Amino acid sequence: MTLLIQSEEAVSQKADQRSMASETLSTVSTPMVSSSPVIERVYRHRLPVRISHWLNVPFLIILIMSGLQIFNAHPALYWGDRSDRDQALLSIKPVQSEGGEVKGITTILGHQFDTTGVLGYSDGMRRGFPAWATIPSAKWLAMGRQWHLFFAWLFVINGLIFTAYAFASRHVTRDLAPTGKDWRSIGKSLRDHLILRHPAGEEAKRYNVLQKLAYASILFIVAPLIVFTGLAMSPTIDTVSPWLLTILGGRQAARTIHFLACFSFVGFIIAHILQVVLTGFFNNIRSMMTGWSIVKHEAGC
Amino acid sequence: MIPHKQAMKRRQFLKGTVGAASLVALSGCDNLTQSSWFPAILNKAERLTELVQRAVTPKGALAKEYGEADISKIFPANGNTDPGTAQYADHVALNFSDWTLEVVGLVQAPRSWSLAALKELPSRTQITRHDCVEGWSAIGKWTGVPLGDLMHQVEPLPSAQYAVFHCADVDDDGIAYYESIAVADCYHPQTILAYELNGATLDVPHGAPLRLRFERQLGYKQAKYVMKIELVDSLTGIGGGKGGYWEDQGYEWYAGI
Repeated sequence: MTLLIQSEEAVSQKADQRSMASETLSTVSTPMVSSSPVIERVYRHRLPVRISHWLNVPFLIILIMSGLQIFNAHPALYWGDRSDRDQALLSIKPVQSEGGEVKGITTILGHQFDTTGVLGYSDGMRRGFPAWATIPSAKWLAMGRQWHLFFAWLFVINGLIFTAYAFASRHVTRDLAPTGKDWRSIGKSLRDHLILRHPAGEEAKRYNVLQKLAYASILFIVAPLIVFTGLAMSPTIDTVSPWLLTILGGRQAARTIHFLACFSFVGFIIAHILQVVLTGFFNNIRSMMTGWSIVKHEAGC
Repeated sequence: MIPHKQAMKRRQFLKGTVGAASLVALSGCDNLTQSSWFPAILNKAERLTELVQRAVTPKGALAKEYGEADISKIFPANGNTDPGTAQYADHVALNFSDWTLEVVGLVQAPRSWSLAALKELPSRTQITRHDCVEGWSAIGKWTGVPLGDLMHQVEPLPSAQYAVFHCADVDDDGIAYYESIAVADCYHPQTILAYELNGATLDVPHGAPLRLRFERQLGYKQAKYVMKIELVDSLTGIGGGKGGYWEDQGYEWYAGI
């Protein structure tokens, strides 16, 4: 992140009693009251990153939900090239009991779970994922594919532009790649995350190591994986690059990995939003909208 | 410290906002889906996919061929599994001895073959993977006559763009099944009219007596019960005009992914 310090303002709050030291805070030459928290405006996210980030919000929501629509056409996952029904790793089925009651049964690696109401049977309908999770909400494979394949193109184009920019601008090497120091602080960072202690001051100006790892792995592992497993499901692309299926473990394996990568995205998005809320929702949103973030320097830190 | 009450209010507000936003998003997407203009935009992706896939795919690139051990024990039969017409039932009763394949339209030499005559022609056997649009895959061994060989005999005119497969099956609403592929794709070595599956004569659920195998595209392109191939310069005016039974219901004509 380029840290352009634009201005500083002292906050006219009552002086922090704990600190008497009159240190200069961070890199800012400060004409301010030394003992009070200082607010520094930091340019955190550059425009191409912001645009790419916000485009991904609708893109990912649409891709995930239309993807679940497609999944619902055959709500089971396999390994290898074939989908032998008796070899499913995961299957979601409506099952009717003798009493006539329909239940949604999800089977994962041979273990059965009653998921009525969400998976298999929801709102009186026999379907894998419920209507609220799919685009379109009704069962409609052809339309789900239209949404999915259109937004897949937009997602890939956005991703390629971002990647080119991120490397050219050194966003990757400067901000995303963990440094040696980062790796050494991984234990501390893990502890901090677990007790919800968030970096402040200088530390808050750059990504912490877990944050870097999360971003880097979603950007450079999960995102390419979801694209390549998507392509590997194409019978035409398979004729051009048969090695793709060899690496991935078969066409049905590619479909399974595509699904797992999708839920890695879901997990990432949940954790990401949680962190955004916990570390100062409005500041975070502002910084992703305008680029400018506010970093508070507690006296003495 | 935010007072508890205020925190509760904020939480409720957030919950309400998120809930409302997702509802708006979903119904917004459903409204777009129902609109007349939006699906037309979504549909543009098909053309882009076709352009890019055709550009990166060598003309003769072969779909992977598997070994005997890879063959699926059960090859699901999807779509229509029996044409169900009286005419077809007669053919079944006669063991398809009267079945003929006609090739007509924009060709120099239209002609027809009896099933027996087709089986006399050089055949190709291929163990390939069938990828259904629904997501499942099955591997089967297909034997049939390369469509390119038939094309060489009828000599398509330069104006011929598409080969339309007219089939014997009719759906519950009386709509006849048909499918189409580009004429250029008819010459791909793995594009065959199959009459055998896994070493046995093709059965009714899998498209007896003759079905298309067009290995580089999805399952719904693999027309069953093929009676007639018509070469045309445009797909408008045939069926719903989109080039196939499934295409008329919103599936892509270019089924490469």
